[in-house]
Amino acid sequence: MNVHNIASIFRKEVRSFFNSPVAYIVIVVYLIILGWFFTSNLFIYNLSTLRTVFEMTPFLLLFFAPAMTMRLISEERKSGTLELLVTKPIGEGDIIVGKFLAAWTLYFFTLLPTVCYYITVSIIGSLDTGAVIGGYLGLLLVGAVFIAISVFGSAVTENQVVAFIVSLFIVFSLFMLDKILFYLPSSVGMVLEYLSIDYHFSNIARGVIDSRDLVYYASAIGLALRLASAVLQKRRWA
Amino acid sequence: MSVSVSNLSKSYGTARAVDAISFDVHAGEILGFLGPNGAGKTTTMRMITSYLAPSGGTVRIEGRDVQRESLEVRRLVGYLPEQNPLYLDMNVLEYLEYAAQLQGVSASMIHQRRREMVYVCGLQEMKHKDIGQLSKGYRQRVGLAAAMIHDPRVLVLDEPTSGLDPNQIVEIRSLIQNIGREKTVILSTHILPEVQATCNRVIIINRGKIVADGPIAVLQRNLHGGEKVVVEIETGDADTFDLIAVQIRSIPAVTAVSLQEQNGASKRFTIETGQATDIRKELFRLCVTRGWTILELHREQTSLEDIFRQLTGGAAK
Repeated sequence: MNVHNIASIFRKEVRSFFNSPVAYIVIVVYLIILGWFFTSNLFIYNLSTLRTVFEMTPFLLLFFAPAMTMRLISEERKSGTLELLVTKPIGEGDIIVGKFLAAWTLYFFTLLPTVCYYITVSIIGSLDTGAVIGGYLGLLLVGAVFIAISVFGSAVTENQVVAFIVSLFIVFSLFMLDKILFYLPSSVGMVLEYLSIDYHFSNIARGVIDSRDLVYYASAIGLALRLASAVLQKRRWA
Repeated sequence: MSVSVSNLSKSYGTARAVDAISFDVHAGEILGFLGPNGAGKTTTMRMITSYLAPSGGTVRIEGRDVQRESLEVRRLVGYLPEQNPLYLDMNVLEYLEYAAQLQGVSASMIHQRRREMVYVCGLQEMKHKDIGQLSKGYRQRVGLAAAMIHDPRVLVLDEPTSGLDPNQIVEIRSLIQNIGREKTVILSTHILPEVQATCNRVIIINRGKIVADGPIAVLQRNLHGGEKVVVEIETGDADTFDLIAVQIRSIPAVTAVSLQEQNGASKRFTIETGQATDIRKELFRLCVTRGWTILELHREQTSLEDIFRQLTGGAAK
């Protein structure tokens, strides 16, 4: 791991997100969809809560994370620039981490405008600030897992559509795990529940920050990124 | 020893793309890597630049093993891959800066190196344009500039002039020759005049094996067993072709004489010899004693095309 290399990759990718329509389309579309759900429910629930933001975002992320990240590596593979990149004196891990952080930064800027919901709701009612901070932390972590997995999806193919579908399939499976628990014996259910993204997210979104959840997120991100850099290294296995 | 390749092999499944090749390249040498399409040129270059792992054998650059000390080796090498891949959405200066950062050029040197490369590669007018807007020739220069941005000791160029127009080819060639004075340059091509124009040594590879290695002049001498001499003489009317041919054949070592063209009294002959012996002196004496006027006399060199076909065409049959 070399911080300078990661920073170079990171800057280049962030610049290419924001120099192209990608960043703006992601941000605007996310805000439109979320805004529609948020405002239509707010007065029906008649509760001062950001629940809609925290419930809808992981669901939207199922599609947004693979879409944001699908070109990160597959495009380099297709255009041949990957050959330039991996013959530079930088580790494959640096490339992956730099690109992951860039996509995660875009996601951060996508979430950022939703802070105005917090401001609005806290003016018209009393809002549990601790739970909101927990919720945002949870969203950033869930997003990081989805993006890490999508970076892996982008690394395995030169076709962006394939990258999108592969990533969507993996994140969707992780997302759905705790929704099929009724059909399974409780011993298997416990394991699946621990593996499910949503289960850990609901803890944090309630404002409970448990080390078990943090360990889960950290290991999911680490594993996905490790696998992605192994895919880049594979060409060097004789 | 700048680049040292020994017993290098690469197999894709059962196909052997590169089969136990060995060669050394020194600093100041421009090595042309020549072969028909699919001969294993690109695969070899990819192993030298640590993009692909060899199935067997080793590559050492400045004494360092490409596989075991991969990061150190990559710092010493500048690489222009086949098809010259570039980020089309970046502008030239941004891209060169990015390449310099990744190559580990220190922050204080980046702008100086970038300015030098823009100057050397003639990118002054294009430096603020997006690479996607540039013509193929300018893109090739950008690729070269990026490959040389960290002042590498070894430069590996995979078909550096493909797709360029004749003027651009001449420019890129002279650029490569300038670089090659101090550095080690390995370039691949299947364009023969390119090798003759730029390289001081050539390796011909066919079906993964080296079939010839040496300076072009030496290859020309070794491969063609004998020599060809062309002579144009003016003779009297009495001297018919047969008569002259018999006289020329009387020179030892001559194996064949053929008339190329006849223009009034002047006749043009091609004379072939069995060994690499110079028969021009004998020929001159013969003409003097016979009273023939020599209009032209020169040795014809085996062209690289002939060598190439001789070495690679036979194997393909």
